[in-house]
Amino acid sequence: MHRKNTIKKALKAAFPYTIPIFAGFWFLGLTYGIYMNVSGFSFVYPMVMSLTIFGGSLEFVAVEMLLSAYAPLQTFIMTLLIQARHLFYGISMLDKYKNTGWKKFYLIFGMCDESFSINYSAHIPEGIDKGWFMFFVTLLNHLYWFTGATLGGVLGSLLSFNTQGLEFVMTAMFVVIFLEQWLKEKRHSTALIGLAASTACLILFGPDSFMIPTMLCILFLLTVLRKPIERAGDAA
Amino acid sequence: MTLTQQIVTISLCVIGTMATRFLPFLVFSPKKSTPTYIQYLGKALPAAIFGMLVVYSLKDTNILSGSHGLPECIAIAVVVALHLWKRQMLLSIAGGTICYMLLVQLIF
Repeated sequence: MHRKNTIKKALKAAFPYTIPIFAGFWFLGLTYGIYMNVSGFSFVYPMVMSLTIFGGSLEFVAVEMLLSAYAPLQTFIMTLLIQARHLFYGISMLDKYKNTGWKKFYLIFGMCDESFSINYSAHIPEGIDKGWFMFFVTLLNHLYWFTGATLGGVLGSLLSFNTQGLEFVMTAMFVVIFLEQWLKEKRHSTALIGLAASTACLILFGPDSFMIPTMLCILFLLTVLRKPIERAGDAA
Repeated sequence: MTLTQQIVTISLCVIGTMATRFLPFLVFSPKKSTPTYIQYLGKALPAAIFGMLVVYSLKDTNILSGSHGLPECIAIAVVVALHLWKRQMLLSIAGGTICYMLLVQLIF
């Protein structure tokens, strides 16, 4: 009974945080499913891929991979390059995912951009089990993405609705999370490093290949500036 | 592509993704103490990552043509203003998104 209560309370606390992701994932998931459908794939493809890969940007690229000639090595390297940012998420979550028992495996499996962002930044209320809270954030996100993608794959181009601009919900969410982090810290050097490095690399390398240079840039700057950053206590 | 080749391609996407998600947890086990450099990165990275994700989500905005990124700028200003005013995550996100949808559907 006590355990059941803990789980229920965590689900109730986690759900509101995932509402924007529901909007974003249904929109993007439907788009992705429709894209697969009109590319000639059965709904089984987006269904299986949304469940197992659970990473939006790669899944869109994977459609092109499946339509091109078979190139396993290239597929694998592309995957590592597109997904490399998860290494940063993992390093940031080493502490938070500690002591979560069997749930830890699923938390890491489902650590997409959005699950990471919420689980890192949410103020989990007193008395709520952290492990279960983060588990439900991840599970709900996974469910939204899976149902959206599968539905898109089933319905295909039958769907038409004026949702132009809805994709901005993801940008809005990242802006809010960035702002929350900004308001929490006294000094902003690390936040500014992230903004400046990615903007500079986006201009230099273009939208399709700027993430790896950005990450290397951030890593370099944080390493070189470690002493002043630690002294100023921005890394908090 | 044959079905087998498709299965291999999708599996490689899964394995590659999981490698990037699991690697830090496999390398730095909770039983041993994490090197201080990694601990420092764990604290310093998130703010930088959130900045990176904002830019990442805007990467396909073309400021040289079309609407020159104006609807994005206005909607982000609305998100920030709403959030500084009420500090309600859902309100800021919904307000900014609705504003953006109205802008791109009706004005730009």
